[in-house]
Amino acid sequence: MADPVKTQSKTAIWNDPTFRSIAFQVIAGVAIVWTFWALFDNTMTNMERRGITTGFAFLNETSGFGILMSLIEYDETHTYGRTFLVGLLNTLLISVLGIFAATILGFILGVARLSRNWLISKIAAVYVEILRNIPLLLQIFFWYIAVLQTLPHPRKSFNFADSFFLNARGFYVPGPVPESGFNIVLVLFFTAIIATVFIARWARKRQDLTGQQFPVFLTGFGLIIGVPVVIFFILGAPMSFDYPALKGFNFQGGITVIPELIALWLALSMYTAAFIGEIVRAGIQGVSHGQTEAAHALGIRHNPTLRLVIVPQAMRIIIPPLTSQYLNLAKNSSLATAIGYPDLVGVFMGTTLNQTGQALEIVAMTMAVYLVMSLLISAFMNWFNNRMALVER
Amino acid sequence: MRDFKALPDLAPPLVARGVIGWARENLFSTPLNSVMSLIVIYILYLTLVPIIDWVFVSSVFLGDDKTACEGITGACWAFIGNRLPIFAYGSYPAAEYWRLETCFVLLLFSFGPQFFEKFPYKLPLGIFSLTLFPVICYFLIAGGYFGLEHVETEKWGGLALTLMIAYVGIVAALPFGVVLALGRRSDMPVIRTFCIAFIELWRGVPLISVLFMSSVMLPLFLPDGMNFDKLLRALIGITMFQSAYMAEVIRGGLQAIPRGQYEAAKALGLSYWKSMSLIILPQALKLVIPGIVNTFIALFKDTTLVLIIGLLDILATVQAAITDPAWGAVATEGYVFAAACFWVFCFGMSRYSIKLEQKLHTGHKR
Repeated sequence: MADPVKTQSKTAIWNDPTFRSIAFQVIAGVAIVWTFWALFDNTMTNMERRGITTGFAFLNETSGFGILMSLIEYDETHTYGRTFLVGLLNTLLISVLGIFAATILGFILGVARLSRNWLISKIAAVYVEILRNIPLLLQIFFWYIAVLQTLPHPRKSFNFADSFFLNARGFYVPGPVPESGFNIVLVLFFTAIIATVFIARWARKRQDLTGQQFPVFLTGFGLIIGVPVVIFFILGAPMSFDYPALKGFNFQGGITVIPELIALWLALSMYTAAFIGEIVRAGIQGVSHGQTEAAHALGIRHNPTLRLVIVPQAMRIIIPPLTSQYLNLAKNSSLATAIGYPDLVGVFMGTTLNQTGQALEIVAMTMAVYLVMSLLISAFMNWFNNRMALVER
Repeated sequence: MRDFKALPDLAPPLVARGVIGWARENLFSTPLNSVMSLIVIYILYLTLVPIIDWVFVSSVFLGDDKTACEGITGACWAFIGNRLPIFAYGSYPAAEYWRLETCFVLLLFSFGPQFFEKFPYKLPLGIFSLTLFPVICYFLIAGGYFGLEHVETEKWGGLALTLMIAYVGIVAALPFGVVLALGRRSDMPVIRTFCIAFIELWRGVPLISVLFMSSVMLPLFLPDGMNFDKLLRALIGITMFQSAYMAEVIRGGLQAIPRGQYEAAKALGLSYWKSMSLIILPQALKLVIPGIVNTFIALFKDTTLVLIIGLLDILATVQAAITDPAWGAVATEGYVFAAACFWVFCFGMSRYSIKLEQKLHTGHKR
């Protein structure tokens, strides 16, 4: 009789899962490292041949080109580093404006699609189906070239109450000029925001302990908006306005909103709103009808049911895809380049790259900005998900 | 004894049936609803009437030059008709249009049947459209072989180029996406880390910066003397970018498959690739069809970005045509036409995905 130990077949080494896994990884690792090294080596030789010096020293050189719109002081004598900052701020500006408008419009659309009024729900549906199936770039071009550039010349501009003017060169609005004492209003405003946060925390704790509710929204609204407004008028309205006025061929004074910004803002927010509308609709529909019925059975009226039962649960479904739409909007704002709005990609990856030839550094910096932005937003999303996730037994 | 005889049913009151009943139910159910309906009807009247007038009534459909559209208040569709060959084929030599047309017809024949429930040879046609078709089209369009005149990629353009980029992107991004998604869920740390880094890097940056990178940086990355065509560089950029999105969609499907399926496949003694291709992926892909088609739609819309790096897709040809002084102010007509082209394809894809989803919705139905 054979020894049982000897008949037991031994796995061949190439069939052993552990060995195979390690072998695969070693091969893959070597391939990846080799590829990157080859790319790096090629890049270095290519750059040397073209006489491009690597490094970030170019950021301190004078840029020598002007930028159409800047939130901070900027002209040709500033450095490339400043250019980067101007582009970044412009990108952030259009992102914030776009997110603000798209959220409002999107929520209106989402609620409208669920309206019991047939006309309203159908109009919302048609809006969504049309807008989200047309490329964003085309919409930006449409607003910029087909709408805004066909507006009249400054002399014939649309006049709203002699203080707002719309023409082919842009939208002119009165600029606020704060006078002495306005700082007090600002300080009050920010103090009120902080106070509201603390009141909200206290109210939540009290409700958890005693069940008593506190009108946080009304109090916060009164503190943040009401008090500063009242103080503003008590102080004798310490603010004047700088009105735009037609001088020569163009308007002077006030704030100019360049047409590129208007076109981009309209296109971005209308396009993203179509997606947000669908998210909101799905979120509200995702709360089961049993929740409404249960709330009604407990004797909660219609409005508190909506506010305390439906909306919080719908928000749990809505917010994760909503944040990814915000991220999309921020990334899509880079299409600004196509119509000449001076955003990060336009002034930095475009003009600066062409002038300095520092492709590697500039592409890396630009991509890093967007990567950091998306990592921050996804970190927020994870935090929010953990906070809001259903705690099940 | 009298027989009990029921009277015939009364018809429902006039206000509860027909158009009136429907309107009462859907438009005027409450006072607030009535007010809103009336306001909306008024706004629709104010906007739709001029639009219809602009599109159909006071527009010009036929004509060969600017004079046809002089003094009209409506749309100048004659412009679109006049420039249609350019919008469709770009600056491809007119004598060679038949090559692009052959490709369109082939596409229609291999893809069209997929929209019908019962059609003979659907599967072989589908496989043909994904494998042999792109190869045939490449040789047909680029030429240089079999006595066909060579046409440089700079001359490719219009709707043909848009469809080409979208097609290559779709055909290439799906398998790449599957591989990346599997890699992200792999047990091997080296491969998993690489896949996560790859996916997150591409998903974190805007496509336009990827295209800039592929047109500016790729020549730097490659050894001396080796250079790609501009179109090919754009295609590489788009494929990389979309395959990262595709990978995340497919990962969602892979995560939704219950563990039991993986374990059962293992228990049957199937190898990794066999269990993936026979058990897991068919189920996972079926689950995420809406997500996959959404990625396709996004890819199709994103093809317009290639105009920024100088390729002449349909939007770029429209841009060029409307700035041409030969036709006056026709910007709106041009954009409406381009938008309609994109809309037809994107809306068609989304409807097709809904149909496919319903058809394949078998296992999880209750």
